Amino acid sequence: MKNIRQMNRRDFLKTGGVFTLGVSLYGCGRKATPLEVKPVPPVPWTADVYVSFDAEGVVHIISHRSEMGQGIRTGLPAVLADEMEADWKQVVVDQATGDAKYGNQNTDGSWSVRGFMQRMREAGATVRLMLEQSAAKQWGVDVSECKAVLHTVVHEPSGQVLAYRDLVAVASELPVPGADQITLKTPDQFRYIGQDLKIVDMHDMTHGTAVYGADIRVPGMKFAVIARPPVVFGRVKSFDGEKALAVPGVLQIIEMPPLEPPAMFKPAGGVAVVAENSWAALKARDLLEITWDNGPNADYDSNAYREALLEQVRQAGESRRNQGDIDTALEEAASTLEAEYYAPHLAHVPMEPPAAVASVTESLCEIWAPSQDPQSLIEMAASITGLKAEQIRVNVTLLGGAFGRKSKGDFVNEAVFLSKQVGAPVMVQWSREDDVRHDYYHSVSAQQLTAGLDSDGKVTAWRHRLAYPTIMSLFDASLKQPQAMELSLGALNMPYDIPNVRLETGEIEARVRIGWLRSVCNIFQSFAINSFTDEIAEARGLDPRENLLDLLGPDRVLDFSAFGYELTEGYPFETGRLRNVIEYASKSAEWGRELPAGHGLGIAAQYSFLSYVAAVVEVAVDDDGSWRVPRIDVAIDCGQFVNPDRVKAQQEGAAIFALSLAREGAITAENGRIQQSNFHDFPVLRISQAPVTRVVLVESKAPPAGVGEPGVPPITPALVNALYAVTGKRFRDLPLGAKLEL
Amino acid sequence: MIKLTVNGESREYAGEADMPLLWYLRDELGLTGAKFGCGKGLCGSCTVHLGGQAIRSCSVTMDRLDGASITTIEGLGEGKDHPVQIAWRHANVPQCGFCQSGQIMQAAALLEQVQLPTDQEIDDAMSGVICRCGTYQRIREAIKAAAEDLI
Repeated sequence: MKNIRQMNRRDFLKTGGVFTLGVSLYGCGRKATPLEVKPVPPVPWTADVYVSFDAEGVVHIISHRSEMGQGIRTGLPAVLADEMEADWKQVVVDQATGDAKYGNQNTDGSWSVRGFMQRMREAGATVRLMLEQSAAKQWGVDVSECKAVLHTVVHEPSGQVLAYRDLVAVASELPVPGADQITLKTPDQFRYIGQDLKIVDMHDMTHGTAVYGADIRVPGMKFAVIARPPVVFGRVKSFDGEKALAVPGVLQIIEMPPLEPPAMFKPAGGVAVVAENSWAALKARDLLEITWDNGPNADYDSNAYREALLEQVRQAGESRRNQGDIDTALEEAASTLEAEYYAPHLAHVPMEPPAAVASVTESLCEIWAPSQDPQSLIEMAASITGLKAEQIRVNVTLLGGAFGRKSKGDFVNEAVFLSKQVGAPVMVQWSREDDVRHDYYHSVSAQQLTAGLDSDGKVTAWRHRLAYPTIMSLFDASLKQPQAMELSLGALNMPYDIPNVRLETGEIEARVRIGWLRSVCNIFQSFAINSFTDEIAEARGLDPRENLLDLLGPDRVLDFSAFGYELTEGYPFETGRLRNVIEYASKSAEWGRELPAGHGLGIAAQYSFLSYVAAVVEVAVDDDGSWRVPRIDVAIDCGQFVNPDRVKAQQEGAAIFALSLAREGAITAENGRIQQSNFHDFPVLRISQAPVTRVVLVESKAPPAGVGEPGVPPITPALVNALYAVTGKRFRDLPLGAKLEL
Repeated sequence: MIKLTVNGESREYAGEADMPLLWYLRDELGLTGAKFGCGKGLCGSCTVHLGGQAIRSCSVTMDRLDGASITTIEGLGEGKDHPVQIAWRHANVPQCGFCQSGQIMQAAALLEQVQLPTDQEIDDAMSGVICRCGTYQRIREAIKAAAEDLI
């Protein structure tokens, strides 16, 4: 636990905890000290909940967002450090426990920087001003003559300097200045914002000392694994644990409570083995003899489901966006084209399979978990344990990848349940098989797109029909239609300048737990829209890039709020910024460049999470149908950015993530059972298949937008468009497979 | 009784013979640098060195390790930073970091065998270690930098 420090020791801010400091303020022979030198008694300081000092003057900054590879434990603290003129070398980042006092901690939706940058800046500027006021008071000068510079305050007229360490005690007694008194830095004054910064976890991550969920060790801790029902909402009919109990080290066999709809984040049911070590538990689990009642999803078959989805999009659905008169426009079109797209369920498979530790006593439930949303765990833990919310303590470890999986606390709730049953701390460890077979799957989808062209080749009509099980079925099992928040991920806000547009949705019931996966419905909505765009280019006889820019139309601001699209204040959808990244990406890729035989380029662009991303993918196809991607050029405009190296790293990673899914990502079901189980049948990209991704990061004065997810959506359509350029064949069914049928 | 050396320390093991090395390291010795990613030797997150060779510790059982010398990420570089670790830092390789112990151990073993690996040799040697965050291009860069530093 050494790198996961907790807030409570020093949270003197906001909550009014006690700040103690034993440092003598003056005694270094400085002149003109207006205050007596005396020991400073402990005083409460309520300046801010995110920042504190220790006795050595080291600044502790709270990361209240979860670190899963995006670099947020570095990014947001660096913003605060910048505004408070802290020396980054004298900053320690402490991970917050799950606690409402930090504000929203739900780390998803690519909004950590957008949501909290201003808050961090204000916190930093407040502390900076208080330190300047402290110095002014001690020197008996006006605060306007005092300037914070890199962990010190300088009295500019005299050149006197006081270290932050020597200013804290007096600062802590000052009234907290109001928002009208603080002054934020101007961009030219930024010290860290906009600069490459090494991540704070670099040493631990390269030395095996970084602590993830399964690395927690609590005295007396037991190790548990669970045999879960192979079909969602199935249950244990009966079981015999005798053979399992005979395995040395096995302590207990415990039946889990069955899962009832709606699934939410409740434990999935089954039978748990609790043991003295992981191996005993894993081995014993294989010896459990369980008879299952497979329940209402026993007939779930992903092939039949695919046909049902396609049937939905081959007929008129519920209109969700309607502009102009689509029926007349299609009737009167000089020519039409139509295509169907299919994309399967996907699993998250973060490198770290779910694992969590809980320690439940009569008065406290303490949790250690790689959670994207620690506050969400409190209510469920309270209901399992019967404890009050204030008796639940959630410690957040590093997340060994997450991609949305670790927003769902089912695995944590299992640990809470088992710890209460066993009366000892329990770690629940998921195997990779558990992870692949019991995920909250990214939605399977079918889409049909129809376009009408006039005799001049202008696109006059665009009809998009979609069907997929909704994420919200997790919380309300009766929901069968895509929700506005899902359609808003690329479909409801399709930006093309076409006079007649209609979006229609079909109905389908969810048969597995549906969850959100990095960039969510953008994955398939962007795939279909950008692929179809390329098909339109062909029909129009235009270069794909020219066609894309033409469809985008003149630079303008788009507003889809009439169709249920939720606008984000301060973030208009500006098509000029999308055009801009298309131009940057195609320039970086030298669009139209001469390529070796068997190579081709494809292009796609997507607005998502308020950011603008375009990608050009180069693909190389061999005669036998095997293919690889040697190079990708990406341009992103995410508004203001904090740590450019991490923004680029996220785009590099997003490209790999998308290629993994496009290549061989497919979760299928037969008799309700998921047919994949590990990396042999749910393969992800390996280094030998990895492209070099070049990232153009667009300098922007716009406010900060998403970084972690927006790099994913354009990759797959750019890839299939590139494949078309090489093979003359459209690939509308995902995954593509390691070998194409040519 | 199985006698082995882990990071230079002599150890004795008298537990279940079929326990994979990974669980011995993690659960019994508290060396949690090697990670459980797949349990089938498919992902490489559990990579450690056996007599200098990279192995998947999830797939080697304790009964095969009598007399073995094991090095984990905690013992790499023997107290100093290994050139691969330095190169990793310079190239800003890690994202979530979970697979990086395995990546670093695999890369260190590669450079023991091949002084200046080509792109193909790097891809071949590193293909067994999955990084879901997609840090691969930086891994290639870091290995090349470490190789040059080692010469």
